[in-house]
Amino acid sequence: MQPAQPPQTTPQTIVPVAASKGINLTINGESYVHTGDADMPLLWYLRDVLQLTGCKYGCDDAVCGACTVLVDGKRALACRTTMANLADHAVTTVEGLTDARGNLHPLQQAWIAEDAILCGYCQPGWLMAAADLLTRKPSPSNADIDKLPNLCRCGSQPRVRAAIKHAAKLMKGGK
Amino acid sequence: MAARLSLSRRRFLQWMAGTAGALIVGVGEVSAQEADLPLALLGDNVTRLGPFVRIEGDGRVIIGARDPDCGEGTHTSLPRIIADELDADWQHVEVLSLGPEVVREQDTSVWRYGHQRSGNATSIPAAWADLRQAGALTRWLLLQTAARRSGIAVNRLRTANSRVLMPDGRRYTYAELAADAANQAPPQMPPPLKTPDQYHLIGEAAGDVDAKAIVSGNTRYAIDHDYADALAALVLHCPYPGGSLQSIDTHDALKIDGVKKVLQLHPQRGQPLGHTPLSSAVAVLATSTWAALKGRDKLKVTWRPAKTPAQDTRALEKQAHELLTGTGDPDKRVRNDGDFEHAQHQAARRVEATYVQPFVAHATAEPMNALVRIDARKATLVVPSQLPDDALVMVQRLTGLTPAQIEIQVPRVGGGLGRRLDHDWLAEAIMLAKAAGKPVKLMWTRDQDLTQDMYRPLAVHQLSAALDRHGKISGWQQRRASPSALARRGVAAAQLWTSELHPDALPAGLLPNFQSDWFALDTALPRGPMRGGADVTNAFAVQSFIDEVARATRTDPLKVHLQLLGEPQVLPYHGQSAGLDTGRLINVLKLAAARIDWDKPRHNGHGLGIAWHFGYGGYCAHALEVSVMKGKLRIHRAVCAIDVGRVVNPRGLEAQAIGGTVFGISTALGQAITVKNGQIQQHNLKQYPLAHVLQLPPAVEVFSVASTNAPGGASPVAVPSAAPALASAVFAATTVRIRRLPLLPELLRLL
Repeated sequence: MQPAQPPQTTPQTIVPVAASKGINLTINGESYVHTGDADMPLLWYLRDVLQLTGCKYGCDDAVCGACTVLVDGKRALACRTTMANLADHAVTTVEGLTDARGNLHPLQQAWIAEDAILCGYCQPGWLMAAADLLTRKPSPSNADIDKLPNLCRCGSQPRVRAAIKHAAKLMKGGK
Repeated sequence: MAARLSLSRRRFLQWMAGTAGALIVGVGEVSAQEADLPLALLGDNVTRLGPFVRIEGDGRVIIGARDPDCGEGTHTSLPRIIADELDADWQHVEVLSLGPEVVREQDTSVWRYGHQRSGNATSIPAAWADLRQAGALTRWLLLQTAARRSGIAVNRLRTANSRVLMPDGRRYTYAELAADAANQAPPQMPPPLKTPDQYHLIGEAAGDVDAKAIVSGNTRYAIDHDYADALAALVLHCPYPGGSLQSIDTHDALKIDGVKKVLQLHPQRGQPLGHTPLSSAVAVLATSTWAALKGRDKLKVTWRPAKTPAQDTRALEKQAHELLTGTGDPDKRVRNDGDFEHAQHQAARRVEATYVQPFVAHATAEPMNALVRIDARKATLVVPSQLPDDALVMVQRLTGLTPAQIEIQVPRVGGGLGRRLDHDWLAEAIMLAKAAGKPVKLMWTRDQDLTQDMYRPLAVHQLSAALDRHGKISGWQQRRASPSALARRGVAAAQLWTSELHPDALPAGLLPNFQSDWFALDTALPRGPMRGGADVTNAFAVQSFIDEVARATRTDPLKVHLQLLGEPQVLPYHGQSAGLDTGRLINVLKLAAARIDWDKPRHNGHGLGIAWHFGYGGYCAHALEVSVMKGKLRIHRAVCAIDVGRVVNPRGLEAQAIGGTVFGISTALGQAITVKNGQIQQHNLKQYPLAHVLQLPPAVEVFSVASTNAPGGASPVAVPSAAPALASAVFAATTVRIRRLPLLPELLRLL
């Protein structure tokens, strides 16, 4: 081991709402101001700063989809979305799918009903990608689901497909 | 005050009162030395309990789950085995993950929860042996207490939904009885277990106990844990297997805001693979992951290749071909029945084929990581391990602390696949925490995960069949060349073959003349266990070859498979005491064929493929329907028929069968780890592609064979036969034979 001389630094800080400087954004309906590095990807802001760890790290190349969130209701990868680009935007993470009273989103209900889990690590990303899909296509076809870019190592995809179709029915008031 | 009941010489049940009127029941284990003493003489040495049931005064039933859950569903299935015997109300059962603990601190110390392991399909069979007893005893204690309290004979009482029911309709909840039950005198012998007709949970479908937390983003995997004062650590490993650090310039990295230290890591000499860092590495420690990432990118590092560099994959393959076609003796003649040479000499016809399968990586969803705090007298860790016992031993060795001073938490794990049976990454985190004098949260980025793996070995198979004049197989020879998955792990050279070929794997035992040989390759590329192990590569070669024999003789492949399997019989199978029942294999094969409508001719360009496998005590067959249009492979249907004995949770078994099938297909389609100029070429998931939804079958139709055999594990069982069924289906659709994986690039090359 060769310890190196530590430089004098101060850790990043997050100043609560109502600061005048910084990047204003909302996450799951709550307002935040980010005053740290504007180049930091949303992924690390969510995980390290806010401890909202539903958004997962999975790759370095924007291919796995584990960090999928919604920005202004549209699908985005938190690993490729910098804080600078989020000024005055609204972010929804998997934690924000559940409503304020704790009611599960139809997608979450469908995921449980279909037991689309296995190791579960990539599922928050799939849920957010599915949320985006159902907004655009309330009755997604197999071909629509085929276009989802998310990856899963354990092999949950067939049940994820069933869960998305199940959720589409729930959202139309079916069972 | 704890009471005890002996189950065997080494295991016992123990119960006691907890706080607030709780009843606690556990399975204890004594060490080999202690086993010679009568239990009564053990005193209170064993004051803590093993896999346990805890009935709280407030009505909750808490059941401990000892094996890590990496997606195998064991945190659902193991507690349900206990809950069934207990007649607990599943709706009010809480599952608690148990970390590894050692009960005593001498050479004879024992694991508090017995062997804790995720992988190799061992959780359910092991639990079947002891967890049911804990449930049965708890129920017995509650019944005795209810009988005493009500004055009604035990045989007139019933239990259901966490209640004892009396004939007159009155009832006691388990919660009401818990405190008194803790003081109940022991039974004369272990209470009888339920008969299958009394099961109310075993055999019934249940969703994953963690499902709600997972879909809400509330499940904290190890990577999601943090200590406020922990430094984020990112590592860059030497890209040359066995190489070392040549030079490093940390100046720019240390100027990054938040970067605190840059430290070096080196493997400890004399430690087997998986027990020490895999390669020399440089770690950036910073106040946040983002700062560490920026610091890592500013490092200027040059690396020195090993004196004996990792061979290029092409050269290794060439070496394999030379060995397989040469006249030299194999490193191990794994099996030799009858006289293959004679059979070949007498043959009316011979069929031969060579199959090449690459190294593959685990690429678990959650990358390697660990959270480590080491204080003077205590270590606290969060470790995503498949083998917590090993993790604890490592912490002990690297910190000098005693087991009582070590606390390891194993939360739900984001995929194991065998990679987390090794703890090289944990060694790094511990070394860094020690050197930094601060808690460390280590995380590997995906490029490190792919290039610093213990890969499933590359394998080249050469198969030869002698056919008689009726086209029937009279002799079979299989030769496998591969670098052993057990190398550099303290395994004797004479045993290295055991990870590569199984002496009793079919078609051994089915043919009068059978020969199975292993030829050793070696390379600096590290190898290790992976879901399904060598069964996966061996099944691909064997099952593809049976299909080739069928095509060569213009016979329906299903007919050739069934002809080969012959009349049902039970064959000895090393490591499986129940043996290999070919009747169960024939059943799943016929079932898969029926469900895919094997006999219905396809005229739309679709092709069917079928394959089977026995491994890890389970029987599986796959039938796939595919088409290849304009160079695009589509898998239209996938049928998986599976028999793992009594099914604890059909829903969980289905998940494992779907998962195993997709894992087998996904790996075969596009994945390969290759070495060029001493370096691994795959650094990201574009170069090492996991299958997209589009490339996978829209559904995996799972058919489980009802069985009363003792339950087996499931997670690896459905992997091996998936890829050969796929390759045979591709042949049926295109007449292109895939003898080299990954399949997609090979298909494009041959089309």
